[in-house]
Amino acid sequence: MFKHFIKLQWKSFFRSSSFGKSVALKIIMAFFGLYMLATLIMTGAGLYFILRKIFPDQSPMWTLSQYFVYWVLIELFLRYFMQKLPVMDIKPLLTTPIKKSAITHFILGKSALSFYNLLGIFFFVPFAVVLLIHDYPTLNVLLWLIGIFAAVLCINYVNFIINKSDKALIAIGTLLVGLYALDYFGIFEVKAFFGPIFHALYAYPIAVLAPITLALLTYYINFKFLRNKIFLDASLKSKTKEATASDLAWTKRFGDMGPFLQLDLKLIWRNKRTKAQVFISLLFVFYGLIFYTQDIYSTWYPMFAFLGIFMTGIFLSNFGQFIPAWDSTYYSMMMAQNIPLRKYLESKATLISVSVVAMFLLTIPYVYFGWEALAINFGSAIYNLGVNIPVILYFGSFNKKRIELDKSPLGNMQGTSATQFLIMLPVLVVPIIIFSIFNYLISLEVAVFVLSIMGIIGFAFKNYFLNRITEQYRKKKYGMIAGFKEKDN
Amino acid sequence: MITVHNLTKKYGSQTVLNIENLEIPKGQSFGLVGNNGAGKTTLFSLLLDLIQPTTGHIINKEIQVNKSEDWKPFTSAFIDESFLIGYLTPEEYFYFIGDLRGRNKADVDSLLATFEDFFHDEILGQKKYLRDLSKGNQKKAGIVASFIGNPEVVVLDEPFANLDPTTQIRLKAIIKELAAKDDVTVLVSSHDLIHVTEVCERIVVLNKGEIVKDIQTSKETLKELETFFGG
Repeated sequence: MFKHFIKLQWKSFFRSSSFGKSVALKIIMAFFGLYMLATLIMTGAGLYFILRKIFPDQSPMWTLSQYFVYWVLIELFLRYFMQKLPVMDIKPLLTTPIKKSAITHFILGKSALSFYNLLGIFFFVPFAVVLLIHDYPTLNVLLWLIGIFAAVLCINYVNFIINKSDKALIAIGTLLVGLYALDYFGIFEVKAFFGPIFHALYAYPIAVLAPITLALLTYYINFKFLRNKIFLDASLKSKTKEATASDLAWTKRFGDMGPFLQLDLKLIWRNKRTKAQVFISLLFVFYGLIFYTQDIYSTWYPMFAFLGIFMTGIFLSNFGQFIPAWDSTYYSMMMAQNIPLRKYLESKATLISVSVVAMFLLTIPYVYFGWEALAINFGSAIYNLGVNIPVILYFGSFNKKRIELDKSPLGNMQGTSATQFLIMLPVLVVPIIIFSIFNYLISLEVAVFVLSIMGIIGFAFKNYFLNRITEQYRKKKYGMIAGFKEKDN
Repeated sequence: MITVHNLTKKYGSQTVLNIENLEIPKGQSFGLVGNNGAGKTTLFSLLLDLIQPTTGHIINKEIQVNKSEDWKPFTSAFIDESFLIGYLTPEEYFYFIGDLRGRNKADVDSLLATFEDFFHDEILGQKKYLRDLSKGNQKKAGIVASFIGNPEVVVLDEPFANLDPTTQIRLKAIIKELAAKDDVTVLVSSHDLIHVTEVCERIVVLNKGEIVKDIQTSKETLKELETFFGG
């Protein structure tokens, strides 16, 4: 029986859409994956030395054990968002002559091999290897490692149990913050309390039975729960949210552009992926803190220019690069309907302009790190408004990849093609180069002035640019319609 | 109203559509039948300028569709679910289409009121987005949306598929009523020979991209079609 399941799994992996992606994208994704793995392994291996350095009088194993409780809670918290049991995959299996318990075992067993579990392994195995090299007792270390795997599996299965309720998430979040606060204010020594418990996994080899028992228990609970719910109308039904109609009457003020603006706002708000873009963009306001606070960058203005363009233009690039693919599922309707293409594009441009202005306003507090930061962000915002918006709309006409709006936003590469990487060049690199040249040849003020002037010129020619871009979209229309119709690319 | 000239569509070496000449006069209710892959949707897509013809062209009320977009204000269509915007409620979708066709909310509402029977309380006021409606209900919404703004040409691809029997019968009545107006040209494709003979004055049979029959509907038409497809 399991042979069949493994075969299915194999096929679903190698025939999945990510395998059909273009070579360039595959290579980049592979590099990114390797980089992440390498970082994990390096950190895992280096952890021993880091802990030795920070806490010279403690065994690294002891120190690590003290933080384990936080690791468990944080992982549970994050997994709540990232990992879901892929119950939908078993729909086609329901009518086949396979026992439901076998299906349940398959889906639960499969989840043990999930990517998130591998992360932990790639981190702890190198750490254990370093311990062994440093003459820690082999038996203890190996059983400790097994205990860790069991703990990871526990987290894995506990996550599926709690995944059904937001309350559990809030509880975990509160627990996490609460414990940290107790520790921080010295009310209760959380680390000292939990440290020995987790350290016992290493100190007493027999203790490994505890996480293993827990893992089996959580597996069993999941099994019981899921086995009784494998019906189309129970756990396999995709949830539908109640729709909240809104008429956004104020968009009428934008005249012909109103309907499109209204549509775009609904597009962003009612779909997971676009909504995530908004939140991610807002979070990137804090990106500057990483650099402004460091002395090495404090007078290195090209870095400021990068921050300026990046922070004020984050929504511009995140959302803009996939125009018009956001509308791909109904693009043929848009093209057959009585739609002035120009108004459609103008609405997108307006939306992005608003985002640039909003992001600029949010970055104003960075004036704390010197007037240069504010001046450069201002110049960058103007440049984004005048130059980058037409640029990104123009490149949008090369988009031919469909985006399914209701797919999960995390790690979703749908719609990505070489175009997305090409866009980065003119949008991000060109303004920084221009800025740097004037900054080093003349002065910072002139460099900011040049960026602003370029933006203003771009703004002055907005109509001309939009007309040309509309023309371009018209020319590429058939290719776009055909491309957007292809599912799973 | 619609004239097709030497129209061909090829994908590589495969010809999927080859129509030398086809005239559809104003006000006619025109039915297109054929097996899968006969070229029905291809013809409609060409008429809506969604794909490019390999040779030839289509003229819709003196406008060559792949040269100018001026045919759009008086032409409307429902081809498949890619004509729906999934994250809107049906009402919002109707108002959006209304906006595009210069109809305000009140106009749209009064039009929708005439389709109350057809909707059967399953479309309006459901607090559901279009993407969460069943296939049949999605189709109902799409079909009605194509009637907004008094179009002179209405194109419906497989309107009867996925609909329940009651709705099929109501839809037939709606299309007949629409076809009875002298100024509306209705183009319908279908796999269902009975429905199409009932609502269309003229039926064209496509086979492997070519017109093999062009019939003015009469009592014998259904028999004739059944013999053609059966034999």
